[in-house]
Amino acid sequence: MNVAHQSRDPAAFRRFLMMCIALAVLWPMLQLAQFDVFALFEVSNLKVFTNFLIQFFPPNLQLPFLALVLKATVETLAMATAGIALAMLIAIPLGLIITYSLSISRIGPASGHRIAKLGRYLARMLMLLLRGIPEIVWALLLVRVFGLGPIAGVLAIAITYGGMLAKVYSEILETENTLPARALLMLGSGRINAFLYGLLPGASQELASYTIYRWECAVRASVVMGFVGAGGLGQLMDQSMKMLNGGEVSTILIVFLLLVLLADYISLIIRRQLA
Amino acid sequence: MKKIAFSFKDVSFSHSNGKEALKNINISASAGESIAIIGSSGSGKTSFLNLIATSLRLSAGSITVLNVDPWAISKGQLQHLRSQIGLVHQAAPIPPRQRVITAVLAGRLGQWPLWKSLISLIYPVDIAGPQLCLQKLDLADRLFERCDRLSGGQLQRVGVARVLYQKPHLLLADEPVSAMDPVLSDLTIQRLLEDARTRDACFVASLHAVDIALQWFPRIIGLRDGEVFFDLPASEVSEDLLKQLYAAERGDLPKQGIANLQ
Amino acid sequence: MNQYPAREFCLKCLITLMLIALLIVASFTYLSLNPLALFTQQAMSDVAVYTARFFPPDLSPSFLQKVWSGVLQTLAISALATLLAAITSLFLALPAAGQFGRGAKVLTRFFLNFLRSVPELVWAVLMVLAVGLGPFAGTLALTLHTTGVLGRLFGETLENHPPNATQALRLAGASNTQAFIYGAIPGIYSQLLSYSLYRWEMNIRMATILGFVGAGGLGQILYYELSLLHEQQASTVIIAMLILVIGVDMISNKLRRVQMHSLG
Repeated sequence: MNVAHQSRDPAAFRRFLMMCIALAVLWPMLQLAQFDVFALFEVSNLKVFTNFLIQFFPPNLQLPFLALVLKATVETLAMATAGIALAMLIAIPLGLIITYSLSISRIGPASGHRIAKLGRYLARMLMLLLRGIPEIVWALLLVRVFGLGPIAGVLAIAITYGGMLAKVYSEILETENTLPARALLMLGSGRINAFLYGLLPGASQELASYTIYRWECAVRASVVMGFVGAGGLGQLMDQSMKMLNGGEVSTILIVFLLLVLLADYISLIIRRQLA
Repeated sequence: MKKIAFSFKDVSFSHSNGKEALKNINISASAGESIAIIGSSGSGKTSFLNLIATSLRLSAGSITVLNVDPWAISKGQLQHLRSQIGLVHQAAPIPPRQRVITAVLAGRLGQWPLWKSLISLIYPVDIAGPQLCLQKLDLADRLFERCDRLSGGQLQRVGVARVLYQKPHLLLADEPVSAMDPVLSDLTIQRLLEDARTRDACFVASLHAVDIALQWFPRIIGLRDGEVFFDLPASEVSEDLLKQLYAAERGDLPKQGIANLQ
Repeated sequence: MNQYPAREFCLKCLITLMLIALLIVASFTYLSLNPLALFTQQAMSDVAVYTARFFPPDLSPSFLQKVWSGVLQTLAISALATLLAAITSLFLALPAAGQFGRGAKVLTRFFLNFLRSVPELVWAVLMVLAVGLGPFAGTLALTLHTTGVLGRLFGETLENHPPNATQALRLAGASNTQAFIYGAIPGIYSQLLSYSLYRWEMNIRMATILGFVGAGGLGQILYYELSLLHEQQASTVIIAMLILVIGVDMISNKLRRVQMHSLG
């Protein structure tokens, strides 16, 4: 069996090219990110950081401080809850505008108003804007308007999560089974009623479940926003870090991890109850 | 005095679920021997091969492979031992997206240091070697192709090529030609036998088709219900004996086909 | 599943909902937040006045140059962090999948969970403390957090992958590392790559805000300009952030659609 003798790997050239391109991109990337591994081992920094880390053990468990941490935790939870509540206030009308006529037309023939189409388009644009700017940026801006404290955090969550919830609400409603609603139409009910009593109930569990999940995310976001002055555990941690108090930081970190677990647990229970 | 390739003394093996797969196995083979293992499905052929390959650990008795007890040595020594045992699996254990050349080169991983294996990924350190092995199996034109572009029989041959490239002292094959047509399966068996003969390696193959076994292998071992039913030179294996061996299977003895009648 | 409109009366649901409503009201009271107070004349005009200061955004070439380098820095931080995290996760995938025993698996998973649970911003603050202000801190922070995420995903992928190829290689004398590289990686690398690319997308978003605590990128520029009360410059940066995030979103959607087509 005579076969053309292949002595070179045909994929070699392409591989070599890719490696060259990768290196050509990697080098400037390292420069841009000012990747200086030696900075990690710079003596002065290392000393400060190691001292800070050593203080992590043991965590600060003095009662007055723990009381402060508890207060901040409750504040964080309140921020997340209030924020989500306001977010729903924004998301429900926004989501409905987006999905309303679409869902109505899915249920039965629609008049296809151009105004409705325009309204939907504008609503989508608004949603994109609300979602596109990270919540912490909103928090930073709102702190300048409303001052330091949880108000900025609540509003930041309301705005960004309002946009997120609106998008998901509309998606859930758009993919929901329309059979019950169509059945109502055939029984003679109006389109709006068919929507409210036929489409909405079926989707309600998914809607609720996603909202609770977002509440969990809001708890985490509330802590993060504290670093720009929006109150809660985050602000406390920021203050402790600025004072290089490792013991306090480790306490707050532990409490934060426990809080995340707690929020996870609460959300699980609620979702189970609503099922 | 010929070197012993492997020896089993009163070996028995049970699966982890308790099912007894082999019992009272007393077999030994010397270097350069070629043996065919036959028996109906479930008779223990695969377990037997896996015990030799040190893939499974025996439950009772004693075995030596290439003059060492594989379960009394260190991990490093076991790794070295395994690099001298080549097993052709029934279903070629090759990742689909891998190229044929890399799959074949992987046969010598046990003999290569880590840096060589890493360099080989960037550019194959040996192209002529795998090409030769594939050429023997009529597959040389697929050297740089991806394995998922091959048929079942071709993939099986890549598995065989890998073991040929490994050049082990002990060659094992678990139904190596099950997915091949008569012409290719004859070619494959011949190549394996040839390779074992030139290097004085012991070759053990489990086969489903009785006629292939009788045609090419000087020594036949028949397994039935996990025990050795007979261990004879091919010339002494009678039709009657075979019928008893395959008593469980309905009708005719499993055969390869017409290509073997010559 | 309910087929017809009238929902069965669910007492549990009602109680849960009432409880939630109560908690919501409690939250507002605890924060002494009256939502209506937000919409008073004074508050609205405050917001309006503040918003007005953002227009028009500063589009001078020198500042745009600064913003552009911020965009590049943000992309560099996210790309480098994702790359480093992916490589580290590849190594950590082995113990996480149980290749070195149960003890190592539990330890690795716990460690990865810890890396994941701490928010990126908190890592950033810690890293700024360790290596000083600038994008290096941001890169390290994102690397740590992303390793937690990818490490777990890589470990699960490896664990769920059929071990035939790897075992066969080990049986032929290959070391664990060789068997992993030649047997497992070819089978799982496309999934790992897809996880990494998805994570890179999210990291771009993250990298834009890590600068708030001094970890480089667009965020650092925004924080700086806002603290100097340069609202017009700040709005340019915000617009750049929006374009970056939306642009990445669109590109990845398009790429995903192309990939779908090529597979089908």
